Amino acid sequence: MLGIKGKDLSVFILVAVLALLAPFLLNPFPVDSAMAQFNAGYPDLMQRFVIFGIFAIGFNILFGLTGYLSFGHAAFLGVGSYAAIWMMKLVSLNIVPGIIMAIVFAGLFSVLVGYISLRRSGIYFSILTLAFAQMSYALAYSVLTPITGGETGLQIKPGDTPLLSNVAEGEIGRANFFGLEMSDSSVITLGGWEFTMNVGYYVCAVVMIAAFYLAIRIFRSPFGMMLRAVKSNQQRMNYTGLNSKPYTLAAFVISGMYAGLAGGLMVAMDTQVGPERMFWTASGEVVLMTILGGAGTLIGPVLGAGFIKYMENIVSKINSTVLHEWFAFLPDGMEDFLVTIFYPFVGKGWHLTLGLMFMAVVIFLPGGLVQGGQKIAAMFRGKKAAEKDGKTANQQTPAE
Amino acid sequence: MGILEVKNVNKRFGGLQALGDVNLSVAENTVHAIIGPNGAGKSTLLNCLVGKLIPDTGSVMFAGQSVLGRKPYEINQMGISRVFQTPEIFGDLSVMENMMIPLLAKRDGSFRMHAIESLEDERELRAEAEKMLDEVNMLDKQDMHSASMSRGDKRRLEMAMCLIQRPKLLLLDEPTAGMARADTNNTIDLLKEIKEKRDITMCIIEHDMHVVFSLADRITVLAQGTPLVEDTPENIKGHPKVKEAYLGEAA
Repeated sequence: MLGIKGKDLSVFILVAVLALLAPFLLNPFPVDSAMAQFNAGYPDLMQRFVIFGIFAIGFNILFGLTGYLSFGHAAFLGVGSYAAIWMMKLVSLNIVPGIIMAIVFAGLFSVLVGYISLRRSGIYFSILTLAFAQMSYALAYSVLTPITGGETGLQIKPGDTPLLSNVAEGEIGRANFFGLEMSDSSVITLGGWEFTMNVGYYVCAVVMIAAFYLAIRIFRSPFGMMLRAVKSNQQRMNYTGLNSKPYTLAAFVISGMYAGLAGGLMVAMDTQVGPERMFWTASGEVVLMTILGGAGTLIGPVLGAGFIKYMENIVSKINSTVLHEWFAFLPDGMEDFLVTIFYPFVGKGWHLTLGLMFMAVVIFLPGGLVQGGQKIAAMFRGKKAAEKDGKTANQQTPAE
Repeated sequence: MGILEVKNVNKRFGGLQALGDVNLSVAENTVHAIIGPNGAGKSTLLNCLVGKLIPDTGSVMFAGQSVLGRKPYEINQMGISRVFQTPEIFGDLSVMENMMIPLLAKRDGSFRMHAIESLEDERELRAEAEKMLDEVNMLDKQDMHSASMSRGDKRRLEMAMCLIQRPKLLLLDEPTAGMARADTNNTIDLLKEIKEKRDITMCIIEHDMHVVFSLADRITVLAQGTPLVEDTPENIKGHPKVKEAYLGEAA
């Protein structure tokens, strides 16, 4: 079906089903229950899940397949965002032209950055991309203020009257998809449960499913095999009559365009951009997502993106009051003691939890969460099957 | 006029004259061995043939065209394949994928953006790869992770990868280095078989005299960057200059 089969098809169907049913799956707890704060099924967060999923899927095409670790992918996300917001301010409030321009501009910028950075490999390549991204950030923050809005960034203002959209005097235009506004939601109430079906989220989800499908096709194509060959042995590749440079550049540009797509969708969901979107921590985040999920695997980056965004938004919401509520059943002294122990790991300290989880994954599961899944699956199938698996190439190997 | 003509090639590394006035002519459909003691410039010469190094002076012509200034992948596309001293294969890929890459390179050239086509649809190439793997007795290993194979298997795979491109010239850099006697003999047999089955010119750099004398039609002896003698194996065996180069003045 669709030119993919076997394992790939089941992974694709799994991702598609998860994405389409996310509003239900991520809201497993009734609204009034104490566990409701672990519900992630609100539009804003779900949109971030899939948008960062797209970003990480694209990043994985470069890093997972060719092994080139870019530390500057947030720059393409930012360029895409700026392109998209200008399209919305000037041309149309329909998100489609904005997203297309986001992909185009991010693609053009990545041709430039890739052409220069890919002259080197390894750590030098990483540093070059990092330099480009920080340069873009600094420029967006200061010199390019007329284009980027500087520190305050850009947002759609009451005075913006796009050419192709009818906006009444003084009204703030809202992003739409052929008339369907991104912020439109309908809430389904079932007993104590509430599920929010949001237009913006479904637009993102459909785009993500398409992006994921394209990534599978690339992974299983002769081109994808060449990219894995780049990572495996560039020397042999050159002596086999293949020029590895255009292959790596193509992978770089494709992943840059994925980042641009993610940036464009971010603007479509929330019509504002700031330069901090290009800051190096944003580039680092996508590296974490990919490695945490499993670099070089199909579903890994999606899992990683979901995992990190969940931590960022849910664990960070747990504050001392919530902790006190949890441990309220204990004697006062014990309660205070446990709250003191747990407090650094939650709320603003969620980075500490993330860092520890990341270390644990890298040390014990170098193949990321996907490898964890494989190990659990192998436990169920029995050890012999696992050993057999290890000897075949079908197993997805993690990036270094 | 040979298929490979090396004329007056010089190469210096700082103060070291690695190659001095090397002239070499490899005739079509022969096995030409280049031997010599350590540091004689064998590998430097080979690297000049494949585009890794550019000689300071002189010319290297392959099938009537100069290879100088061309990139290794361009030289491969001209019809020269190379087997390395330690097998260079795509370790992360399966044996079958290792075979598909040279086939795709041969068919599609040095770069093609075939990103949407499926690898599974390349049935003709797959059949060709299977035939080649069968020839080197590796058909049963086609789904194996190539890094997990033995060194001898890696060597055979590397040769299969080179041969499947049907090169006019196959360069072998110490193909039996570090191999056990049995593996060495297998390699000799494999090379002999290859030679019998197809029109191919081979240029072998080798330390192991057993290998050289069982394969070569002609032998060039290099010493200190210059060719000492070039002759048939029979004449090389007892040549006084060769003994001198290998064993020093005393002999």
